[in-house]
Amino acid sequence: MGFFSGLLDWLDERFPIKAFYKKHFSEYYVPKNLNAMYVFGVLAMLLLFNQLITGIWLAMSYTPTAAGAFASIQYIMRDVPYGWLIRYMHTTGASALFIVLYIHVLRGLLYGSYQRPRELVWLLGMTLYFIIMIEAFMGYLLPWGQMSYWGAQVITSLFGSIPVIGKGLEQWVRGDYLVSGVTLGRFYALHIIAFPILMGLLVYLHLSTLRHVGSNNPQGIDIKKHVNKKGVPLDGVPFSPYFITKDILAIAIFLFLFYAVIFFFPDGFGFILEKANFEPANPLITPVHIEAAWYFSPFYAMLRAITFSLFGLDAKFLGMVVMLSSVLIVFFVPWLDKSPVRSIRYKGYLSKCFLCVFVVSFLVLAVMGSLPVGKTTTWVSQLATLGYFSYFLLMPWYSRVEATKPVPERVSP
Amino acid sequence: MEEKINKSRRRFLIGSTTALGVVGGVGATVPFLCSWQPSDATRASGAPVQVDVSKLEEGQQVTIAWQGKPVWVLRRTAQTINDLPKLNAQLVDPFSSVDQQPAYADNLYRSIKPEYLVLVGICTHLGCSPNYQPNSAADDNAQWYGGYICPCHGSRFDLAGRVYKHYPAPTNLVVPPYYFKSDRVIVIGIGQNAKGEV
Ligand code: HEM
Repeated sequence: MGFFSGLLDWLDERFPIKAFYKKHFSEYYVPKNLNAMYVFGVLAMLLLFNQLITGIWLAMSYTPTAAGAFASIQYIMRDVPYGWLIRYMHTTGASALFIVLYIHVLRGLLYGSYQRPRELVWLLGMTLYFIIMIEAFMGYLLPWGQMSYWGAQVITSLFGSIPVIGKGLEQWVRGDYLVSGVTLGRFYALHIIAFPILMGLLVYLHLSTLRHVGSNNPQGIDIKKHVNKKGVPLDGVPFSPYFITKDILAIAIFLFLFYAVIFFFPDGFGFILEKANFEPANPLITPVHIEAAWYFSPFYAMLRAITFSLFGLDAKFLGMVVMLSSVLIVFFVPWLDKSPVRSIRYKGYLSKCFLCVFVVSFLVLAVMGSLPVGKTTTWVSQLATLGYFSYFLLMPWYSRVEATKPVPERVSP
Repeated sequence: MEEKINKSRRRFLIGSTTALGVVGGVGATVPFLCSWQPSDATRASGAPVQVDVSKLEEGQQVTIAWQGKPVWVLRRTAQTINDLPKLNAQLVDPFSSVDQQPAYADNLYRSIKPEYLVLVGICTHLGCSPNYQPNSAADDNAQWYGGYICPCHGSRFDLAGRVYKHYPAPTNLVVPPYYFKSDRVIVIGIGQNAKGEV
């Protein structure tokens, strides 16, 4: 006892851990009405950590060459002790991360968490999401299966659709005339070194900007307005132990589901590991049905939905612009929302309707993107693309004109 | 001691060091960015390849790799050659006005000899490799005399690699540089002109 408290004091004099613990855990106050939607941030962190650890172990046995990649995955699955488990944790982890993030972002949209003073939290979060998309895309090439190969071929071809500089850019990104071992090598380096470092940095910034202003809550009420004599918010509870216990429960439930998938449905019915990817990459033959990974499916559907040319720009380039805008537009939500209230609970009908339109469009696009192209999927995707964008583009209008409900002064339990 | 700050000198020094720092910084990124260009080894793998076409049956197609890309050599049937002009109305660019072929293949057949079609088998939309469908019927009203259908986004091409209207691919398939070394052998990767009169 004496020894450990002595050690703690010794450390604290040199590195202020006690003050840190107070500031960020025992005396960091979160609103007492935080609900289950507030556990997905910590789940995202858990999953990033899972990707990091399992990724390091995969890298120990993986070969990043066109000749060796596919076989080294087989080696990991069959010969490396627990290789199958580590790989399934990595592949399932990637899909789980996207599910968790989509709910995390939906929470932000529901409760207006992006509004002042949390705009920077939102921007950093979206930057993180963008980087995670690229990270996932590059990781997907590594198993060097047919789906890996042709997925990378299609997405790198998007660069080629840019007028004038496109063709050169496409070759520059691939380092070859088409996706090859050279491309694999650079994607590998970026996937395991550059982007993880970048993501670590962004998570740090995302969280420190959030902690600086404090969490929002399902009612969108600012808890800092009512404080006691010591300056402690009356509607707040200390993060540790109250919210940490909630997080731990969520983690336990999440891990239960996560391992259920890993042990019983590791290929996620072809959604986590796609069938065509059990065949090695063949640059001369495209598999009959190629599709994007499920978590990119809505964006892929928007790319495919643009089948017409406009203003002298061809459909291929426009498709890319629409797909890119569909992600970029989310960055601007803090400035598109003109509502005087934060939470959907006090917003009017229009906001509720448009949020529903948005969610339904997103899900419809996800389904369309995973079906083979046809006349029906094309027009349904076009309609859903309109729905998706109308949520954002009309927001300055409907969030201003609708009648809102009065927001209570204090948080209700 | 009376301190006199020479503000304009400070500003000049800050300005000039910043400017030089930026120049140096940009210069330092150049090798890293250029390092992503195809290497000499990669460029060398784009060397010409030869195909013996004497064993091709009518309507048969072979796929070979040039620059790592699929290149198709198809021996067209007399029927196919007759059908080509009938399709014009349904094609985006029936007369190959977009520069997707060498000058010596800029004709109705998009080839040196009408019988042999040589194409880079990469869809001009997003880089997938279309499937050769010599006679299967199409599912819409367009006339269909056989051709290529891309599995990724459904673009269609006829048996001269010309793209059908209302599909996402914007241009015809690319005809690579090639020449006939003899009646039986095609060399892909070197054009007829570069070779001189053959
Ligand atoms: C790997 C990616 C991410 C990680 C690890 C992460 C982590 C976290 C954590 C731990 C919190 C606090 C707990 C919580 O409120 O859930 C949080 C809050 C928040 N995150 Fe993220 N996040 C990520 C991505 C994103 C994205 C993509 C967005 C959206 C654009 C976003 C927007 C926000 C917002 C607005 C808050 C504050 C919510 C509120 O106070 O109501 N985050 N994030």
